[in-house]
Amino acid sequence: MNKVVKNPALALAGITDGMTLMVGGFGLCGIPENSIAQLVQMGVKNLTCISNNAGVDDFGLGLLLQGKQVKKMISSYVGENDEFERQMLSGELEVGLIPQGSLAERCRAGGAGIPAFFTPAGYGTEVAEGKEVRMFNGKPHILESALTADYAIVKAWKGDTEGNLIYKATARNFNPMMAMAGKITIAEVEELVPAGTLDPNQIHTPGIFVQRIFKGEKFEKRIEQRTVRPKN
Amino acid sequence: MALDKNGIAKRIAQELQDGWYVNLGIGIPTLVANYIPEGIEVEFQSENGVLGMGPFPFDGEEDPDLINAGKQTITTRDGASFFDSATSFAMIRGQHVQLTVLGAMEVSQNGDIANWKIPGKMVKGMGGAMDLVASAENIIVAMMHRNKAGESKILKACTLPLTGVGCVKKVVTELAVMEIKEGKFYLLERAPGVSVEEIIAKTEGDLVVPDIVPEMNLN
Repeated sequence: MNKVVKNPALALAGITDGMTLMVGGFGLCGIPENSIAQLVQMGVKNLTCISNNAGVDDFGLGLLLQGKQVKKMISSYVGENDEFERQMLSGELEVGLIPQGSLAERCRAGGAGIPAFFTPAGYGTEVAEGKEVRMFNGKPHILESALTADYAIVKAWKGDTEGNLIYKATARNFNPMMAMAGKITIAEVEELVPAGTLDPNQIHTPGIFVQRIFKGEKFEKRIEQRTVRPKN
Repeated sequence: MALDKNGIAKRIAQELQDGWYVNLGIGIPTLVANYIPEGIEVEFQSENGVLGMGPFPFDGEEDPDLINAGKQTITTRDGASFFDSATSFAMIRGQHVQLTVLGAMEVSQNGDIANWKIPGKMVKGMGGAMDLVASAENIIVAMMHRNKAGESKILKACTLPLTGVGCVKKVVTELAVMEIKEGKFYLLERAPGVSVEEIIAKTEGDLVVPDIVPEMNLN
């Protein structure tokens, strides 16, 4: 099953105003840069974006915020973005904050056909407000529901024509769960190879979760906190 | 004399035990990795998806695909592994990580912790903190004893929105090591040259003080 599309425009065709998108990445690491650029070009608006972070002002999902394309952001941490702060404080942007592990598991559950699950994270905090509490093994847990999206957009290191994906290092993060949870999942990859090239033992995301795949033209891979030690 | 941030990290490092997997939060906790006692081996987990973190990379050898949860560039040690965020929090929620060290704005005497939100200020989010504190069996908080306004952060009850309830077991500040049990702080050790009276004066929560409070041994 060949899932290759030629370019980001074809890959993202069908995304329209008001849709819910999942966007992979942790900080600026492992984000689908080429697809985000395409979303900017398409100018789709009123999006609900589920992504662990919201980028920085001039990169990542921050680019969608600059164009006021996002209606609601669902994330665990959003601290690195002035325009985000401005829109949030002025009420232009709705924000749903979710504990990071719950966010990951809610995406996984969405892709795995599990409608909800109990977790101890957030019990006794404002995250638990309005949620069912149940005791398991003498400890309180709160009910969290699954998340799905109209489109999930993920970034992988290598992919094949069947949509099988391999991620690199910590650029994996949320990408595998989001790939599972999209009604349509789009993967952008650094290397796109013919089926049979990748070792099936090494596949992180099986192609069944991916509907469209394309090779990203270029990857800037911006570093948020460059931290080094001097060479002696 | 009160400890500096490195002193706090050094004291917490003494709590590490051979064979432990440890998650270090941002700030003072990150410094703990610099003071692993000789003869023990621990592995550091970062919740964005890596076990077996090594030191920061040499200048020019940074890999943008390899960062920690503070989004800093890192390296890995032999035996390291990468995984997705759901697996990472399965390690945390499933109590496969033996120790979590994190910072706090406030800690209360029943073990509540507040470290993610100040009402009226920009809310950045809880990141992985709520998952970490809700599940870890062993949580040590690294913090300053008082805030910049001089108010105690070691309280009867937290005033800020909570991150987790009844979860903190131990607190290490620039002045003291305290254990939390039975709804009270127990003073275990004091920083070199710091008096018990000073610690009592700077602690708002109920503090149980034994007759003899040893000084921390940081050598």
